[in-house]
Amino acid sequence: MTALINVISAWAIPALIAFIPLFAFVKKVPVYESFVLGAKDGFQTAIQIIPNLVGMMVAISVFRVSGALDFFVGWTGPFLSSLGVPSEILPLGLLRPLTGTGSLAFATDLISVYGPDSMIGRMASTIQGSTDTTLYVLTVYMGAVGIRNGRYSLKVGLFSDVVGFIASIAVCLLFFG
Amino acid sequence: MINVIWMALILIGFVFAAVQGNIETVTSAAFDGAKTGVTVCFGLISVLVFWLGMMRLAEDSGLLQKIAKLLSPIVRFLFPDVPKNHPAMGYILSNMSANLLGLGNAATPMGIKAMQELQTLNPDKTAASPAMCTLLALNTASITLIPTTLIAIRMNYQSANPTEIVGPTLAATIVATLAAVAADRYYRRKLLKRGQKPPIPSGPPPSATPDAKG
Repeated sequence: MTALINVISAWAIPALIAFIPLFAFVKKVPVYESFVLGAKDGFQTAIQIIPNLVGMMVAISVFRVSGALDFFVGWTGPFLSSLGVPSEILPLGLLRPLTGTGSLAFATDLISVYGPDSMIGRMASTIQGSTDTTLYVLTVYMGAVGIRNGRYSLKVGLFSDVVGFIASIAVCLLFFG
Repeated sequence: MINVIWMALILIGFVFAAVQGNIETVTSAAFDGAKTGVTVCFGLISVLVFWLGMMRLAEDSGLLQKIAKLLSPIVRFLFPDVPKNHPAMGYILSNMSANLLGLGNAATPMGIKAMQELQTLNPDKTAASPAMCTLLALNTASITLIPTTLIAIRMNYQSANPTEIVGPTLAATIVATLAAVAADRYYRRKLLKRGQKPPIPSGPPPSATPDAKG
């Protein structure tokens, strides 16, 4: 299993980088021009999230440096660390379903403090990457068609977030532990 | 919601710093945070520019439609109450294949169009239909093939192996999506079971009202 995951990590991106242009070329797409046209959007996207990310990074930075984060994390520390889970990761799990930029900012903060190749850094990367922001998806999708009663969709979304959080930690412990 | 979280983080931090007598850390933390926010975004430019270029190729070459075709048996299983040739099907497929490639910007408009089409099949226009709930479940869990943003951030912080998280992320996202689908099925069955019982009259039936004025 871990060997397979290793192979996927190493091969997924190179394979896509080679396969996508080849496929497009065979389909007679002007590959380079089409690539450049799409790439233009990347700059926009990165610049557009600056205000959001700055706002969230400021809030999380103040929260952490003031000692508030350590205080709240301290409660859960003994319990989680007995399971081999670093308690620093828990706030990320709480933020993830609620705010995409907020959790991205928090994951970035964890990566910068503990390093990208530490267990915490790897867990933060996996948790942040593995699900989407439940609250945002529900608001946008239901808002677009005027649905007010989402029935069980919030429950299902949050349930899958919890499962994804636990799965991320388990996979990292198994794979990098 | 987001307003409360944002303000709470700042205010709680402020109070903690004040109580502990190191209020000056708030200032430096705020400006450091702002700086990191900008640095991270600049670090994202390279990867996003490159990746969105690749994704444009996937779109222009019809690769997205190819993936949609591969997904269609799964989607038919997940959306049993949507007619096979209904336009909603096409949008659901595009939404899922865009999600798979990590094309958030393309996935959302497709998802919204799918919601609009599903709304035409929905008997109660203010409550989500079971098919809508399934679409929402798939999108909140959102299978991600390549977590591009996180790879870029890891590169920014000099990771020895920025892509080592691709496999673990894929494993975790598959588990989360399976959980979402299972939970969605469970609640859908519960909802439909309740619906099969003779409906308890709650207000006038909607079909009776149009004639009232005529």
